[in-house]
Amino acid sequence: MNCTDFLAQLTDYFDGQIDRDLLAQVQAHVRECHHCEVVLDTTRQTISIYREHEIYEFPAELRERLHAAIMKKCRGGR
Amino acid sequence: MPAIQSPVTDEVHPDVALVERAKRGDTAAFEQLVRQYERQIFRVAQHITQNREDAEDITQDAFLKAYEKLDQFQGNSKFSTWLVRIAVNESLMRLRKRKTSKTVSMDQDVQTEDGSIPRDFAEWRPNPEQIYGQGELGDILRKAIQGLPPGFRTVFTLRDVENLSTEETAEALGLSVPAVKSRLLRARLQLRERLSRHFRQKNGGPKP
Repeated sequence: MNCTDFLAQLTDYFDGQIDRDLLAQVQAHVRECHHCEVVLDTTRQTISIYREHEIYEFPAELRERLHAAIMKKCRGGR
Repeated sequence: MPAIQSPVTDEVHPDVALVERAKRGDTAAFEQLVRQYERQIFRVAQHITQNREDAEDITQDAFLKAYEKLDQFQGNSKFSTWLVRIAVNESLMRLRKRKTSKTVSMDQDVQTEDGSIPRDFAEWRPNPEQIYGQGELGDILRKAIQGLPPGFRTVFTLRDVENLSTEETAEALGLSVPAVKSRLLRARLQLRERLSRHFRQKNGGPKP
């Protein structure tokens, strides 16, 4: 497996949808290629950092205002 | 895997009963669905439009549209996926209105390979949470996602922020599974590259 083949498998790798043969090849490539090892690790961190952080606030005041506006529209709309 | 597992086919999503009640005019049932998903719909709209006022309008419009079209919801997909699809369409429409000269669609910006091929091979050490406080980290994350083309931002939001499956993302966006996968790869790699400017290992030098 070369670096291009490795990149092509990256989505399936992260989504756990990679078959065993290819998984072994990805792991073997990463052991040999430091660049791809870094890409794998930092892409994994990219995904997890967005999963773990709420980057936009949703304060209670906004939620209540929004909720009231939605229900007002719906009650008047049908 | 647990040894004893109830058959998946017997499990009916709790939303199904609420949707049925709402279809018969039960506003309280619909209100419960609104409570369940208003946060998610607002978040999706804000990620795509990058604008809080737009996200507020879109959230209201998406729920109103869902309420009005409830009879058209057949239950082939999850209610939440159907709702997200409405919100995504409203969000993309809003972006189109904002930039009159440029079309914004799921097909935009996907022709070029540029920007996806890794260039930065520095490790992130120490890890970002150790370097930055919550506020500063939030700014970096918001700016990085803001810089992605809307089509990539949308796929990344549904798949990695909202944790929809690849199939649900494809359904919500009207794209094929391979198209979602290819956009997701590019979105993740472009974001990684953008974050790397901040998170890359420094060799004792000052912070940029």
